[in-house]
Amino acid sequence: MTEIRAVTMPKWGLAMTEGKVAAWAVQEGEAVGPGTELVDIETSKITNALEADTDGVLRRVCAAEGDTLPVGALLGVIAPASMPDADIQAFIDGFVVEVDEDAGAEDAAAEPETVTVDGRTIRYLRMGQDGPAVLLIHGFGGDLNNWMFNQPALAERHATYAIDLPGHGGSSKEVGDGSVEAMAAAVGGLMAALGLERAHLVGHSLGGAVALALALGQPDRVASLTLVCSAGLGEEIAADYVDGFIAASRRKDIKPVAQMLFADPSLVSRDMLEDILRYKRLDGVDAALRTIAGRVFADGRQAWSARARLDELAVPVQAVWGAQDRIVPPAHGDGLPERIGVRVIDGTGHMVHMEAAQEVNRLIEAIVAG
Amino acid sequence: MAKKSYRQAINEALAQEMERDETVVLMGEDVAGGLGAPGEQDAWGGPLGVTKGLYAKFGRGRILDTPISESGFIGAAAGAAATGLRPVAELMFVDFMGVCFDQIYNQAAKFRYMFGGRAVTPMVIRTMIGAGFRAAAQHSQCLYPIFTHIPGLKCVMPSSPYEAKGLLIQAIRDDDPVIFFEHKLLYDVEEEVPDEPYTIPFGEANITRDGDDVTIVALSRMVNVANEAAESLAGKGVECEVIDLRTSSPLDIDTVLESVENTGRLVVVDEASPRCNMATDIAAQVAQDGFQHLKAPIRMVSPPHVPVPFSAALEDLYIPNASTVEDAVKAILPEKVSA
Repeated sequence: MTEIRAVTMPKWGLAMTEGKVAAWAVQEGEAVGPGTELVDIETSKITNALEADTDGVLRRVCAAEGDTLPVGALLGVIAPASMPDADIQAFIDGFVVEVDEDAGAEDAAAEPETVTVDGRTIRYLRMGQDGPAVLLIHGFGGDLNNWMFNQPALAERHATYAIDLPGHGGSSKEVGDGSVEAMAAAVGGLMAALGLERAHLVGHSLGGAVALALALGQPDRVASLTLVCSAGLGEEIAADYVDGFIAASRRKDIKPVAQMLFADPSLVSRDMLEDILRYKRLDGVDAALRTIAGRVFADGRQAWSARARLDELAVPVQAVWGAQDRIVPPAHGDGLPERIGVRVIDGTGHMVHMEAAQEVNRLIEAIVAG
Repeated sequence: MAKKSYRQAINEALAQEMERDETVVLMGEDVAGGLGAPGEQDAWGGPLGVTKGLYAKFGRGRILDTPISESGFIGAAAGAAATGLRPVAELMFVDFMGVCFDQIYNQAAKFRYMFGGRAVTPMVIRTMIGAGFRAAAQHSQCLYPIFTHIPGLKCVMPSSPYEAKGLLIQAIRDDDPVIFFEHKLLYDVEEEVPDEPYTIPFGEANITRDGDDVTIVALSRMVNVANEAAESLAGKGVECEVIDLRTSSPLDIDTVLESVENTGRLVVVDEASPRCNMATDIAAQVAQDGFQHLKAPIRMVSPPHVPVPFSAALEDLYIPNASTVEDAVKAILPEKVSA
C-alpha cells in the first residue's frame, strides 16, 4: 500500500499544535507532483502552502476549507489514478493520527538545547539525525524559529541545527563588540562544542554575513554556503527597518516594520508581532541590538563586506534573493563571481525562506547534495 | 520555555531582581520562611505562598517578617526607599490598606514632587485584590481606583503570569512608589513565561484580541472574562477588540480612543465597586474626547454598589462574568448579535 500517501497537517515551528485549512489549490482528481502546491495552511503565526512530495492524483480531500485540525491530521490522500476507490477508503478508515510523543515523530517534539561557548549560552534546535550537517543562521533580530518552514523539511535527510546568534532568541544577550567576526567566532565555537567538524551553512541577512565571515576565517569548517538575502555583499541596508526594529516597543509600531520583511504584508500575524515584542522586552536585548546595529549597520550602510574576498572561497556558494526584498537590495546579488549561482524569486521579500520555503529548501538540498 | 503559574511568575521576578540588585529587600507579614528554613520561621512564604523559598535563598537580612502593623512597615518601606533601598512590601489584602494610607498617599506619593525631583521613592507595595475567594467583605475588594486617584502613585494590575513577571520587574526598577495589585483568583493560572528577566513598560495597554465591532476595556482578572465573552461573541458574528489596560496609572487612554474610533462602541469591565471606579473614569474620558466616534451609549460592567457578599451564591452573582459582559455588548449591538 506504499503507493497511497497521506497528506497531513504539517508542524511548522515549535509552537504549532494545529492549523487551519485556508484554501485548497488542487481539486480532487487532479494530478500532482513533487512541489505542487496542494493547500494553504494558516497557523497563528503565518500562512504557508503545503506541497506534494510525490507523484500521483489527489484522490481525496479529507479536510474542508475552514477546518482547524491538529498537527498530523489527515488532510487528503494522494495515490495513482489506477488505485481502486475501496483501497483509498480503507486507507482513510485505517488512518491514525501520530501524536508528537509517538515513536517516529521525535523531530516534531524536538526542543531547543543550549551549550556554553566562551562563557556564553548559545541556544540551538537540532532536528534530523543522519546525513550531512546543515547549520541555519538567522538574521538581525531573528531567531531559530525563522526556519520553521525549512528545518523540518531539511531534517528528513540532514542533521540540521538552527541556532540563535549571541544577543538573539534564547542565547546570551552579551554580544561583545557586536561585529560580524565576533558572531562568526561564536558560531565556530558552537560547532566545536557540538563536535561538528564541517557543516553546510545557510545564512539569512546578517546571518549570511556571519556565514561568510566563518567561511573566510575558518574555511575547513564550511562545506557550502547558501546566502539568503544576505548582508555582507553590498553597502546599502534599510535604515528605517534596522532603526524601527530597535525603537518599537508596541505592536502598532513594530507592525509596519515587520511588514517590510514580506512581499505580502498580510503574512504578518499578531502572534508574530507578539513574539518579536516579547523578545525585545528581555533584559539585554535592546543593548545587544544597538551594539550590533551600531557596529554593522550604522546609518543605513553595511560596515562589513566580503565582496572583495569572494574568490578566496573554495566551497560551493549560492545566493537566493526575494525580488521584492526591501531590507537588503537584490542588486547585491549582481556581478558576483560567475561560479556563485544567484536565484531571485519573484513575489517574495526579505523573508524569502518563509514566503517561498519549498523553493529555498530545494536550493539548499541541491547544494548540499553537491 | 516552561509554563509557570502567576504565583511562580511573581516569585521568579522577586528572586531575579534580588539577585540582580542587592538593594532590593522584601518585607511583610509572613513573607519569610519557606523551603529549607526548618523550624526557624514558619514556612508559608506569605498567606498564599507567593514568596516561598526566598527566605532560604536570601536570608533574614533581606526577607523581613514584620509585625501585624501595616502602618508601621509601610512607613518603614517608604523611609527605606527614600534612603537608598528598593523595598517590596507585601500588604496581604488591599482591604487592610486603610490603616497606612497616610504613609502612602501623603508621604511616599509626594516626596518626589515636594523635594523638586531630588528625592525618589522606589517602593513597591504588593497586595491582593478581588472577589471569588469566599473571603467576605473585608478581604475581597478591588480598591485600585482609590490609589489611581492619587498623583504620584503608579498602579499596576497584571492579568496573566507573563504580564505579572514583566510588570513586577518594571515596578521594582521604577523610581516611583508602585502599588502592584495581584488578583487572588489568578495565582494558579499558568502560561508560558520566559526564564530570563524582562520588563513590560507602564502606560502601554495591551490589545489581547482584534475586532471591529466593539471595544471591551478591562483590567486584572476581568481581561480574561472579557476575552471569554469575546470568544463566545465571535461565534455569533461579533468581533470584539479587547484591551488590557495593564496599569490604571499611568493610563493609556490613547489606545482606548484609537480603538473606539474604529469600533464606535465601548464596554468597560471593572471588578471594582461601580462608583468612581476605572469604568467611570474611562467612560468619561471617551465621552469627552471620543464622543464623535460613538455609535451607541458606553456600557459599564461592574458589580453592584454593595460590600462583597459572604454567601457563595451571592458572591458569584456579584462578580461580573462572561455572560454579563456579553449582555452588555448585545445591548449596544442588537442588530448584529444573532443568537
